[in-house]
Formats: sequence, C-alpha cells, structure tokens
Amino acid sequence: MQKMIVGRLTRLVVTVLVVSFVTFVGVNVLPGDPVNALIPIDAQQDREFVEQIREEWGLNDPMVVRYGRWLGDAVQGDLGRSLVTGQPVTDEITHRLPITLELMAVAVGFSLLIAVPLGAFSGYREGRRSDRLVSGLAQAGLSLPVFVTGLILIYVFALRLQWFPAVGWNRLSDGLGPNLKSVALPALSLAVTEIAVYTRVLRSDMIATLKENYILSARAKGLTDRFVLFRHGLRPSLLTLVTVVGLNIGFLIGGSLVIEYLFAIPGLGKRLFSAIQQRDFMMVQAITVLITVFYVIVNTATDLVYMVVDPRIRRTN
Amino acid sequence: MAISQEPVDTSTPSESMEGSEILRVEDLHTSFFLPIGELQAVRGVSFTLKRGQSLGIVGESGSGKTVLARSIMGLTLAKHVEISGKAFFNGRDLLTLSRREMRSLWGTEIAMIFQDPMTSLNPMVKIGRQVIEHLRQHKNVDRREAKQIALDLLNEVRIPEAESRIDRLPHELSGGMRQRVSIASALACEPSLLFADEPTTALDVTVQHQILNLLSREQRQRNMTMVLVTHDLGVIAGRTDETLVMYAGKVVEQAPTAEIFDNTQHPYTEALMRSIPRTSQPSHTPLAAITGRPPVATHLPKGCAFSPRCPYVQPRCHEEDPSLVSIGTSEHKAACWYPVGSDANREAFERNLSDRLPQTLAVAEALDADQGSETSADVPDGELT
Repeated sequence: MQKMIVGRLTRLVVTVLVVSFVTFVGVNVLPGDPVNALIPIDAQQDREFVEQIREEWGLNDPMVVRYGRWLGDAVQGDLGRSLVTGQPVTDEITHRLPITLELMAVAVGFSLLIAVPLGAFSGYREGRRSDRLVSGLAQAGLSLPVFVTGLILIYVFALRLQWFPAVGWNRLSDGLGPNLKSVALPALSLAVTEIAVYTRVLRSDMIATLKENYILSARAKGLTDRFVLFRHGLRPSLLTLVTVVGLNIGFLIGGSLVIEYLFAIPGLGKRLFSAIQQRDFMMVQAITVLITVFYVIVNTATDLVYMVVDPRIRRTN
Repeated sequence: MAISQEPVDTSTPSESMEGSEILRVEDLHTSFFLPIGELQAVRGVSFTLKRGQSLGIVGESGSGKTVLARSIMGLTLAKHVEISGKAFFNGRDLLTLSRREMRSLWGTEIAMIFQDPMTSLNPMVKIGRQVIEHLRQHKNVDRREAKQIALDLLNEVRIPEAESRIDRLPHELSGGMRQRVSIASALACEPSLLFADEPTTALDVTVQHQILNLLSREQRQRNMTMVLVTHDLGVIAGRTDETLVMYAGKVVEQAPTAEIFDNTQHPYTEALMRSIPRTSQPSHTPLAAITGRPPVATHLPKGCAFSPRCPYVQPRCHEEDPSLVSIGTSEHKAACWYPVGSDANREAFERNLSDRLPQTLAVAEALDADQGSETSADVPDGELT
C-alpha cells in the first residue's frame, strides 16, 4: 500500500512536470502576444511602453528561464497573476473550482444511479422488448451532443415548464435548494451521454456474467432472481464499468467546458475558455496543471475502486 | 466417538429403509430447436427411484445425460427448448410446476452439484456465504446461526481448518476443496434428492476418489436419493444401486449396478467397460477406444443409434430401432437385437470379422492384446480400478 502511494506520487509529479512544460511551450508558440492582454489597444502602438511592460513581466527572457521561474513560484503555491485581471490566479481558481467539481460529481453520481440498475436489468432481459427499448434509448443518448442535450433540457424544463433556471449559478452558500436547482439541468445534460455509455457497458458485461456457471449454480440453490442478479451477477460485471467511468471523468472536463458556457456557469471550464481567447497564459497554465492533477487523482481512485469491487485484487495487494 | 471412517462399499441400505418412491420419470423427451433443425437430446427416458436409492447415469459426452438431469430439475438449458413427458417428485409432476414453485424446491428439496468447481462457485463471494446463502433465504436462519451451520457443514465435508477457510474466496482453495464446498452448499438445506453432474470430472485423479467417497457417505447417512451423472463407469462401480446407460438420448441398458458389470447386455455398455483402463494391463497398453463418434443428434441414423459403431451390427440394426426390454430378470433391461453373450451375438461377431468390418477388427485386436497381457502378467481379468 505504502509502495503504491509513493509510486503514485512520483507519477503525479512527473506527469505534472511534463504537462505543464508542454502547455507552457504550447501557449507561447501560439500566435498573439500576451502583451495584448495586458494593455489597452491604443497603448499597444507605443513601442517603448510595450517594451517596458515586457521587461516588467519578464516576457523577454528565454522560454526555459520563464518556465523555471513559473515552476519555482508554483511549487510555493503561487501560480502567478492573471494577465487580464491582474488578480492572483490561485484566488480565482479556489473560487471557481468547487463549482466545476460539484457539477461533475452530480453528473457522475446521477448517471451511475440510473445506469447501474438500468444496465443490469437490460442485461438480465437480453433480447426481450424491455432490453431493446433500453438499448435503443442508450443509442439515442450516445448520438446526442452535449450542447444539443443542454439546449433541449433548457427549452423543456426551464422555458416551458419553468422548473429550473435556464442559466446562472447559485452557490451552496445561497442555500441547498437553489444550489441543487441550478446544478440540475447542466448536470443532467452531462449525464445523458454518460448514462448511455455506462448502461451499454454494464449490459454487455452482465450478459457475459449471467452465462457463467456460478450463476446457474446460484439459481439451482433456489435463490430469487433479484438476489442472483445483484449479489452474484453485478459485482463481477462492474470491472469494465469502473474503468470506463474513470476514463470518462477525464472526458467530462471537456464536456463541462461546453456546458458551463451554455448555462453561463462561473466554473473553471468557462474561465479556461475565456483565458485561451484572451491569451491569458498564466490562467491557461494554471488550469491545465490543475486538470492534470485531477486526472491523475481520478486514475488512482479508479484503482482503489477496483479493490473495493473485486475482493481478489484486495487479497493479493 | 463418532465413527469417522467407515468402508464405502457396504451393502445398499435402501432396501432396508422404507423404500417409498421419490422420483418417477416417464417418457421424458427434450428437444432443442436450432437453426439447423431439431436436436433431440433426450428421447423417451423412463425410470423410478426410491428414497435413499442412488442411480448412476452413464454415457459419452452428448449422450443426453446432463440434459436429462437438468430437464428433470427444470433448470433452463437454453432458448427454444421443448420438454415433454412426466417427472413426478413426491407425487408432483415437476414439468408442470411454475418457476416460482420450482424455485421453492431448488436447493431445499432438490439440489445439484456441478461438474467444474472452478467455475461453479462465484469467484467474488466468500465460500462461507455461498454455503449458506440459500439456507438464509429459504429458512430465515439468522446470521450467527447460519455461520455455525456453515462451519458444521465445512467440517462435515472434511475441510481442514474450516474456521479460517470460511471467509476465503474460491480461488484460495484447491479444486478438491472447492468441490467439497459445493457439496456442503448442496447439503445445506438437507435436500431429499441430489443430482451430481460429473462431480469429479474436472478434478485430479487422486482427489476424485475422496470426493466420490464423501458423496456416497453423505448420501447414505442422510438417506438422500442421489443421481450421479458420469461418463466413467468406474465412478459408479460399487457406488450406485442402479445404473442407466445412455446413448444418443436413449436408455440402452438399465440394471442394478452389479448386474451391469457382471452380465453386460448392450454392446455400447460393453464398449464403455472395455475403455476403462485396468491395473492388470501392462503399462503402455493402448486404451480400447470406441471406434467412430457419437451421432449428431440433429441427424440420427435410422434404426439403432449405435449401429454405425457397433462391432456386432447386422442389417436389421440399420432398419429397426430396438426397444428397451427385460432380459433375464425383470430388473435388467437392454435395447439390442443381438445382446452381448447371446448366440446371435457371437454369430454376428464372426460374420462381421470375416467381412472385415473396421470396428469389429478393432475389438478383436483389443481382445487379443488383453489375452496376451493376461498370460504374461498372470492377473485375473475383470478387476476394476
């Protein structure tokens, strides 16, 4: 266990170093001068002033030097200041991160809550009408892009039924009710694709598991179908699902970027989007590193979940 | 002091017991409807079993023995299956019961042990729970009581250090131990009828014997009725009261087990006997295999299904399918026009030999080899391993 944690931490550090360097280089070779983000357009004609700003921000130093400086500060918890607002990047991140995390957590939790029973049931009823219905719906859910789902949900539940707000965000400090209301539609938009993927994955594993001999022997003991399905069939069918959920949380970051934009949610994704547009490369750099760390954490968590699901892995570790 | 080791081959106690009928199967047919046609897996099997009796069902792979057991038990085999006939268990026809009614019998009244203990136990569930989970569901036993019962059962099937093994996972046990767990699980609700479907086929030879002895002992002690399905005549020798020999979905010979060995009637039974390796043979004696393959059940030959492989085959065998009739005693039945040991059979053999029929030549060769070994090793024949 200790060995595993040390190994994971080493991997995290290496990954962060590589990704942050690549991002740094990437942002720098992009066309467009970061100075443009720093000063108003009319001042950009003043060569001397521009040069002064460049010196001030250290933009004239070689890239490697600048990266080293950034890294040195980052290690001490200082991710620099936004080129656009001049505010410390860390402040803005701590303000926006919880929103994105909540959105993703609710989306994943919601999709598992629906997909696990649905996939298990669908696999159990393989080939029957109910299974075909579920599979058809899953196919439809898969082919819907996130923003289309979002727009449909906004139209139906916000504009027509007026159950939920169409855009905006209420923080948890504004009360649980308003907070849940504002997270519902964006999280559901993200969840539709996830539900479809998870249901299909679990269904096909379930079908394979139900053909196993131990399922037959469990049934021959006179156990009820539901008991056999959930106590004997589910656990061995979960491994692929766990892998896919782990991988998909990575993709969700991309999805939440679109959704935050669509629902005007002040999350990290939306900020990353504007930061890229404005060449606010301090912000881009910081958010990218954060996503990397998050990704590695999710991967480690996935491995821990394997152990929870499969007692055989637990025993050998 | 409990007697821990009693001899296995004591005389059958079933006759001294009440001997009431527990299972009566009448003209059971099972067919699968496949894209390539109707596959007749079981074609009209009938037999009766008394309480405490044991029955061995013997046949090659594909002879329909497993399908027969599962049809009686009502365990779904596949889609597009049709079962007809009757199977009375304590007077109730199992084939007419609903799934819910069957489920209340499964595990509690009728239990089954499967072939491969590597796959018939859930790899992710502790063995203790697999032994008693149905007991808890059927009989509302509380957790602590159930654990004690599981411990007792594991001890009874001779799993050493049961206390520490109860929380193990199947992969942490050997094959023989796993099959002991399966047996413990089958016995948990004290069923009156036990199907053991090739219970030792997947095990090491050294373990097979122990598992069979364990099954026989439990069967006798509990006065349980047991159906032992196997491809190996050696497995049932001295263990079961009755024997059914199946070929291509039909019973070809049926008799008390000792009678089957002493007075073999059907050429297929004889061929199965010949394929049992014997210790009296010198090492490296080739096994006497049965020439040819079992027929494909979608395209059964006309007449007797064994005729294409039979060393005694005559023109009549290709035309008419012999029915199962009593031979000698009423207890001994066989389905053959030229039963082994009869004059007609000897004549048929000579005729086929002179016609140089391949399967007849193969048998003659095996007989010669056997004769040779007997004179050199000077061991009496007929001894089964």
